[in-house]
Amino acid sequence: MSETVLSVKNLRTHFFTRAGVLKAVDGVSFDLAKGEIMGLVGESGSGKTVTGFSLLGLVDAPGRIVEGSIKLNGTELTTLSDVALRSRRGREISMIFQDPIATLNPMLTIGQQMKLAIDAHERLGNRAAEIRAAELLTQVGIPSAAARLRAYPHEFSGGMRQRVAIAIALLHRPSVIVADEPTTALDVSIQAQILFQMRDLARETGTAMIWISHDLAVVSSLASKLAVMYAGRIVEQGQTATLLRDPRHPYTAGLIASLPATAKPGAPLTQIRGTTPSLLSLPPGCAFAPRCDRATDRCSTEPNMTVQDSRGWRCFYPVSQRDEVSA
Amino acid sequence: MSDFLSIDNVSQIFGPNLTTGEKIAAKLGGKVETRSVRAVSDVTLSVRKGETLGLVGESGCGKSTLGRLIAGILPPTSGKVVIGGAPVMKNGSKVTTRVQTVFQDPFASLDPRMKVGNTVAEGPIAHTLTTKSEAPSYVASWFERVGLDPVWVDRYPHQFSGGQRQRIAIARALAMQPDVLICDEPVASLDVSIQAQIINLFLELTRDLGLTSVFISHDLSVVQHVSDRVAVMYLGRIVELGPVAQVFGEPAHPYTAALFGSVPKLVLDAEELVHFDTIEGEVPSPLSPPSGCYYHPRCPLATQTCGATQPVMQQISDLRAVACHHFEKQQADAISG
Repeated sequence: MSETVLSVKNLRTHFFTRAGVLKAVDGVSFDLAKGEIMGLVGESGSGKTVTGFSLLGLVDAPGRIVEGSIKLNGTELTTLSDVALRSRRGREISMIFQDPIATLNPMLTIGQQMKLAIDAHERLGNRAAEIRAAELLTQVGIPSAAARLRAYPHEFSGGMRQRVAIAIALLHRPSVIVADEPTTALDVSIQAQILFQMRDLARETGTAMIWISHDLAVVSSLASKLAVMYAGRIVEQGQTATLLRDPRHPYTAGLIASLPATAKPGAPLTQIRGTTPSLLSLPPGCAFAPRCDRATDRCSTEPNMTVQDSRGWRCFYPVSQRDEVSA
Repeated sequence: MSDFLSIDNVSQIFGPNLTTGEKIAAKLGGKVETRSVRAVSDVTLSVRKGETLGLVGESGCGKSTLGRLIAGILPPTSGKVVIGGAPVMKNGSKVTTRVQTVFQDPFASLDPRMKVGNTVAEGPIAHTLTTKSEAPSYVASWFERVGLDPVWVDRYPHQFSGGQRQRIAIARALAMQPDVLICDEPVASLDVSIQAQIINLFLELTRDLGLTSVFISHDLSVVQHVSDRVAVMYLGRIVELGPVAQVFGEPAHPYTAALFGSVPKLVLDAEELVHFDTIEGEVPSPLSPPSGCYYHPRCPLATQTCGATQPVMQQISDLRAVACHHFEKQQADAISG
C-alpha cells in the first residue's frame, strides 16, 4: 500500500448536553492512503457526519473531541491551536457539504468566492486566481468556466452548484477531502456524472477522499474501502467488494439484505427490526444487540474489533457465508 | 380487467400570479416573468383495480404534481381523473374520499399540536365513517393494522421516530377507507433499515385491502420492487409505460435506458470499480422546454425529426407504450425489412 495521509486512532467526540453526554463518535479508527476513497456508511445519527466534522476541527460546543488522535501527513491535528488548524483547513484537508445551496454565499459571484478561498492560503494576483479558478471549474465539468466565474450561485442548477463546491474544495490540492453526502440532494443522472468525475479526480490528483453516505450502492461504485458506522462506532470495515459480498457484522448483513435491489420484486424485504437507538440511552455493550437476532447475554459487554485479513468487525457472533449455507 | 382509475388527458399549467401593476409592466415591456410552466402535459393513464403503478423521473419532471392531480389536491388545468366511474373533482373541488395520499415527509405532514389519534380520527368522523364515540376503537384498529401500539394514540408526533410517523400517516390515509392510495416518496426520508419495514407494510396492506395505488419515487429500485407497471416521466410528459420487468429489463425510450444506466448499483462481485453510463447535460428548464421531443438535446440518438416534432405515445405491445421517434423508425424498419 502507498503512503498513509490520514490516520485516525480511537477518536471520541462527545456532546455535553443538558440531557446527558451524547457519544456521537465513540472510538473510531481508520487509515487512509494517498488517492484512496473510503466510504463511511451509516444511518442518520450514526455519527458519520460528526466524524467528518471532527477531522476538520469543526465540532462546536457543547461538543468536543475528548480522546483520540488525528494525524494528517504526520501532524497531530487534535492538539493544534485554532490558528494552526485554520492554516491547514482548506489547504491540506477540505470538506464538501450535502447542501450546495447552503454552502455558497448567495451575495458573491462564483469567481469572488473562489478568490476568497485562494486568498485564505496563498498570495495570488487577480488574474492568476481567475485562471486557477477557471481551470478547476473546467476540471469538475462546468462548461465555459471563465464566463461562469461572474455568475451568482442562484444562476446555477443544484448539480452545477455542487460542482462549484467541489472545485472550491480542490483549489489547494488538499491531501484529503471529506465529502458529506454530496450527491444526496441531486438527481440520479447528475449524481452519476459527479461520482464518475470524483473517482477520476481522486486518481489524477492523488487526493484521498472520505465519502460519507447512507447509500450503499453509491459507495460501492466509488470507494475501494468501506467503514460501516452504528451508534458512534465503526462496526465493520474492510475492502468494499469483500465487505459487501461477505459481511460479518449482522448490521452490515441486514443493511445489504434490506435493499430492494437484492430482493425478488414484490417479495417482502428482509427487515432489521426496531429503530436506531437514541445516543442518549445506548444499551451497554454492543449497541446493535437489541435489534440483532444473534445477540446473547454476552453482547452486553462491548466486543472489540476483530481484525483478520485486512478487515475488521466488532461482533461476538459474526455472520459468515458458511452460516448462511447451513441455515 | 377493467380500468379502475383513469387519468384522461390531464395537464397542469402553473402560471405566474401577476398583479395588475405587473400586467401593465409586462405590456409595456418591463422585466416581468410571464411564462408559465407546464408541470404536467397531456397525461393519459389507466390503472386497474388492485394494481400498483410506479411513477419515476428526476426532480421537476412533474411526478408529484401528477400525484396531487390524481389525489384531487390540485384541480387540473385541463383533463379529468375518474375513479371507478366517478370523477374526483367537480367544479374545482374534490368530491370523493376514495383517494388518499401518503406524503414524503412525515415530519411536515402531521400536525405537531394534535394528538396522533385525533389526527387519524379527524377525517373518518367528518365523513361519518365512524362516530365520535366509536372513534377510539376505530383508530386503535388502524393503529394495529399499521404496526403501531394503540396505547400511543394520545401522544404527539414529536414523540415518534420517522418510521413510526410514516406509519401514522399511512393509518390516517387508510382510515378513510380509500380505494386508491397515492404514495408520494413515502420512504425517501427514512433510513435504509426503516425503509424496508415501510415497504413491507405497503406491500402487505395493498394486497390485503385490495388497494389500487400510485407509487411515486425517484428511487428506481424501490419502484421496481413494489410496482406492477411503471410510467417514466420527463419534463411533464410520460415517455414510457409498461410492466416493471419489461421496462426495467428492456427500456424502449433512450431516456429510460439512460436513467436506469446512471443509477449506482450495489457492486457485489467486481474487484474493480465499474463504469456506469451517465446522461449528458441536465434537465432543461420547464419554463422554456426544447422544441420537439423534450429529451432530444441530451439524447444520443436524436435526429432532425426529434428537434422538430413531438413524438406521441404509441402502443408497442399489449401493455407497453413509448413516446420516441427513434422507436417508430425502428419499428418501421422492422416491418419494411
